[in-house]
Amino acid sequence: MTLASDTPKDSFRLSMLIYDTRYRSYTIQFIVLGLVMLFFMWLVNNTITNLADRGKDIGFGFLWSRAGYDIDQQLIPYTNDSTHFRALLIGLLNTFAVAIAACFLATVIGVTVGILRLSNNWLVARLMTVYVEVFRNVPLLLWIILTYVIFSETRPVPKDYKVTDEMIAAGQAPKATMALWDTVAVTNRSTNLPAPLLDRPLGGFDFLSIPINLSVLATLAVIIGSVWFNRRLLKRAKAIQEATGDRPTTWWKSLLILFVPVILLLTAMGLHWEYPVLKGFNFQGGYSIAHSFTALTIAISLYSASYVAESVRAGILAISKGQSEAAYALGLRPNRTMNLVVLPQALRVIVPPMISQYLNITKNTTLGTAISYLDLKGTLGGITLNQTGRELECMMLMMLIYLVISLMISTVLNVYNTSVKLKER
Amino acid sequence: MKKSVLLGALAATTMIAGFASAGTLDDIKARGELICGSNNGLTGFGAPDADGNYQGFDVSLCKAIAAAVFGDQSKVKYVPTTGETRFTALASGEVDVLVRNSTWTFSRDNDLKFDFVAVNYYDGQGFMVKKDLGVSSAKELDGATVCIQTGTTTELNLADFFKTNGIAYTPVTVADDAEAQRQYEAGACDAFTTDASGLASTRAAMADPTAHIILPEIISKEPLGPVVRHGDNNWGDIVRWVHFALVIAEEKGITQANLAEVIAKSEADEAADPEVKRLLGIGDNDMGVMMGLDKMWARNAIAANGNYGEIFEANIGTSTPIGLARGLNALWTQGGLQYAPPVR
Repeated sequence: MTLASDTPKDSFRLSMLIYDTRYRSYTIQFIVLGLVMLFFMWLVNNTITNLADRGKDIGFGFLWSRAGYDIDQQLIPYTNDSTHFRALLIGLLNTFAVAIAACFLATVIGVTVGILRLSNNWLVARLMTVYVEVFRNVPLLLWIILTYVIFSETRPVPKDYKVTDEMIAAGQAPKATMALWDTVAVTNRSTNLPAPLLDRPLGGFDFLSIPINLSVLATLAVIIGSVWFNRRLLKRAKAIQEATGDRPTTWWKSLLILFVPVILLLTAMGLHWEYPVLKGFNFQGGYSIAHSFTALTIAISLYSASYVAESVRAGILAISKGQSEAAYALGLRPNRTMNLVVLPQALRVIVPPMISQYLNITKNTTLGTAISYLDLKGTLGGITLNQTGRELECMMLMMLIYLVISLMISTVLNVYNTSVKLKER
Repeated sequence: MKKSVLLGALAATTMIAGFASAGTLDDIKARGELICGSNNGLTGFGAPDADGNYQGFDVSLCKAIAAAVFGDQSKVKYVPTTGETRFTALASGEVDVLVRNSTWTFSRDNDLKFDFVAVNYYDGQGFMVKKDLGVSSAKELDGATVCIQTGTTTELNLADFFKTNGIAYTPVTVADDAEAQRQYEAGACDAFTTDASGLASTRAAMADPTAHIILPEIISKEPLGPVVRHGDNNWGDIVRWVHFALVIAEEKGITQANLAEVIAKSEADEAADPEVKRLLGIGDNDMGVMMGLDKMWARNAIAANGNYGEIFEANIGTSTPIGLARGLNALWTQGGLQYAPPVR
């Protein structure tokens, strides 16, 4: 006791920064922070000096000059007179298009495969194991190129669809015919689908130079309204059932509510279909979806689905067997046991790894470069970079955009994760 | 201790970076070899042969430059570049000179801070289509799918051409000639567009060259030539004058075969062509010293692969599978554009 009271009075000396354990860790952290900052200052300074040596500056003014090149897939209007910034937007939307489609497909395929891999059916379970192992263990780039080459080498060229007068006279059939009652043509370049056309469209307007189509908006509004009314109808039916024990018949009312308003609206606007027709070198009319998009989406979906499947399997296996046994004991069928008991609990194990899967899918879209898909890497990081020679600016901008997208995805999914997490009260 | 090593390494790299900008010629001499940015697969212009050695029209210019600097045409390292990577490679100092059929344009010269020191091939953009497509003019290509190499001037010319003619097309942008060729042959595009010389080269490499035709329209001016970084004028002059030396050699009838004979004759004959004497460094003529080389520079450059005409005929001329006529690239005395200033 006497010894403890003998501790010297706290008078701060400089050497205590090193010898006193209370301050040492702060000192070390401070020095390391300083060194890291110095390193980055040196890096930036070095870059600027070297650029200045070559007579180059850093500037983003090039984004507002005329791009001059064409892009095959454009979700918003773009011509070669548009700016490089517009080209950047086109590329960004193309990135989103693949990323969203691939995330959706990968989730659907992955969840299905993950559950089927645990099936009691020996054949199904083994087939799914083969699928997962094959896709997971071959590099994604190879799958992308393989899928693309399959499309471009096995499908007929557009010319093969041509029917000439001589062929009709000779009773010859063309080398290739369109699928699904002459509405869809899959050539070696693109998939051509019929497009909806309106005789009396509601018009539209431009918002931030992005065209907004009122007819589409109206259709969407009607569909959302119908779904909402249908849910109210079902809720009421449920309430009546709980009060009286009799459930009123709802199926025909549901059908009426869900389909009649949309059909009425579309008929009023004069909906008809524009079918793709072979004209000159290519099919004209309808939607033409380039194989670079299709191949990239399919390859990324199948590849990522194998990872999703493994996360799902791990999540299901993490739920104790007693849960499903209890559900069976209550008389639930295997199907409903999975949907009502096991999956909801498994979600909290599945969701965190899914976040990184979605991030991977989004970042992997840059591999589209290999098959000439013009995403953000293709426009901003490819052609724009090349035509303007602004390597540093384009690369930094591109990295920033991918960083923002990734952070956004993980924020959204983290919010979702919190909502399905085990609630502890 | 570790930190001081790191800082030392940083200081060392900064100093090396400082030395590197002293002068390209000094760097090359110190290194013992020229680093030449080359095409990775354009038959006749720059491509590795069956043994992996680079051969071609552009490659021969690299060899001539190496011969002028070192007296040995084999002291070249070739760095294959794509249309996308070539200018970055040059700007970063990865290559000393870029000889990769690159078009001389205003913005590349000024905005990218390069110097196009000469034009070794006057070219123009054309289209190639399969014969059975039944197309005889580029203006009939309305609605066609066109393959283009990305990062090139052809991409912009193509957009302009279709726009001024009021016709539509679908672009397929591919990374390099080899991929473009694969897609074109697989029928993924109706037409392939690039410089006419590149088309001839691609066609020659195809299984059945006669099944493809090059359309008559030439839609742009594409002066192709060696490129160096802006700012090192001495090195730029060396590359420029090696090219000119080869052109003058053709003009004066000096070939790889008769070089020794011409030298002997000029040395013996007081009245021999004084420009030839100056070019070949005969007597007390010592032009090479003015640009930091020895007096044998032009002799070595010519001895490497012959004069401009010989290089042309050996790699891309009418006797080769590529079969390009001299056309615009004939000497000015024969109605072409190849014209070298005097060595004086």
